[in-house]
Amino acid sequence: MQQEVVLALLAKEPSHGYELRARLRDALGPLGDAMNDGQIYVTLARLEKAGQVAVERAAGIPDRPDRKMYALTAAGQRRVAEWLAEVKWPKPDLAEFHLKLLAAAAARLADPVAIVDAQRRELLRRLRDAQRAAMAEPRESEAALLLEGIVLRLQADLRWLEACERTWTKQKANPRGDR
Amino acid sequence: MSETMNQSMLRARGLCKQYGRDASLVRAVDGVDVDVPAGETLAVMGPSGCGKSTLLHLLGGLDRPSAGEIWLDGQRIDQLSERRMATLRRDAVGFVFQAFHLMDELTAVENIELPALLAGRSPRAARRRASELLDQVGLSGRARHLPSQLSGGQRQRVGIARALANAPRVVLADEPTGNLDSEATLDVLRLFERLHEAGQTLVIVTHDARIAATADRLISMRDGAFVDDTRLTGGTAGNLGALVGLDG
Repeated sequence: MQQEVVLALLAKEPSHGYELRARLRDALGPLGDAMNDGQIYVTLARLEKAGQVAVERAAGIPDRPDRKMYALTAAGQRRVAEWLAEVKWPKPDLAEFHLKLLAAAAARLADPVAIVDAQRRELLRRLRDAQRAAMAEPRESEAALLLEGIVLRLQADLRWLEACERTWTKQKANPRGDR
Repeated sequence: MSETMNQSMLRARGLCKQYGRDASLVRAVDGVDVDVPAGETLAVMGPSGCGKSTLLHLLGGLDRPSAGEIWLDGQRIDQLSERRMATLRRDAVGFVFQAFHLMDELTAVENIELPALLAGRSPRAARRRASELLDQVGLSGRARHLPSQLSGGQRQRVGIARALANAPRVVLADEPTGNLDSEATLDVLRLFERLHEAGQTLVIVTHDARIAATADRLISMRDGAFVDDTRLTGGTAGNLGALVGLDG
C-alpha cells in the first residue's frame, strides 16, 4: 500500500488500523478485494520508523497491532500536503503497441489487424468486468466513481484501437510499394 | 421448415438493403446472415453509417429488404403484407430508440399501455400491465409525469417498459444509451441485464462499448457487412485492481 495513501487516511483524525482498512474498502469496493489486510500494518510500521506516524497504545489492553491508535506527526502532515499538491498522472504505454503493429507489418510476421482484434477482445473483456462491477455497486457507493474511471479509460483505448484497425485495414488494401 | 430455423428466435439469410442506383447506389446492408438464439443478448457495433440501424429496421419489419429472407420465431416475415407486418411489429417486436419516441402529450403510464390497448387488451388489463412494467423499471412514482417532466434516463426506461408492453419475442434497441449520461447508461444496462436473466431475446445496435461488453455476443459491422463475431464469455480472472494500479 502506498505510504502517502495511508498517511492521507490519517489526516482527518487519529485512527486504528482496522478503521483505515474499512475506509479503504469503502473507497475501492470490489477493487480492494485483492488487498492484503497485513499490508496496511506493514506500511504503518515503516511510517512510524520514519517519524511520520506516532503510535499511542490504549492502557490496560494487551499490546496487539489492532489496538494501536495511529496519528500523523508534523513530518507526516507535511508529506500529505506535498502529496496533495503534486501533479502526476500514469502514462499509458501506447508506443509499444504502435511499434508492435509497425514491426509486424514491416517484417510480414503477423497481420496487424489480427493483433488489433485480439487486443480489442481483451479490452472488451476488461470492460465487461469493470462494467459488471459498476452495475453491482449501490448508487451512493464511493467505489462506483473509480469504476467509472476504469470504464472511461477502456472506452478511450477501444476508440484508439478502432482508429488502428481502420488505418491498418486500409494499408492492407493499398500497401505502399516502397517497402 | 427445417429444424434449425426453429432454434433461432431471429434468423436472416443473404440480407441486403440498397438505396439509389447506378453511380449513387448505396449498399447499406450487404449480404448479412445472422442467427440470434432465444434468450441471447446480441450487440452489433460499428461506426455510424456502417448499416447497423438499417439492419435493425429490417429485422424488426420497419423496413423491407432489397433481397434476403428473415424469420422471427420460425415464421418468415420479409414477405408479409403491410397489414400483417404492422400486427407483427406491434405484438412480437419491442423497439427501443435513441431519441425515445414517446408521445409528448401522454403520461408515462399512458405511453406504456398504448401498445397493449392497440393490441386490443382491455383498458384495465393494459393499465395493470403498464403499472407492473413501470415498477420493473423503477418509475412507479412517475406514472403520471409527462415525458417533458422526466430526465433522459427516465424517458428511456419508459421507452423500454413500452417496448415490453405486449411481451414481445424480441426487443430491438437502436443506440439506447446514445443520449444518456454515465449514470443513466448504467440504469439501462442494469435493466437489460434483468431482461436477459428473464430470458428475453435482445438485439442492440450501438457504438457504446459498455453495452457491447456486457452482451453475450458482439458482432462488428463495417460497410454493410459483418467483419467479426465474438463471444464475450469469461472475464479477466477478476483482477480489477490491476486496472487502476492496485496490484499489491
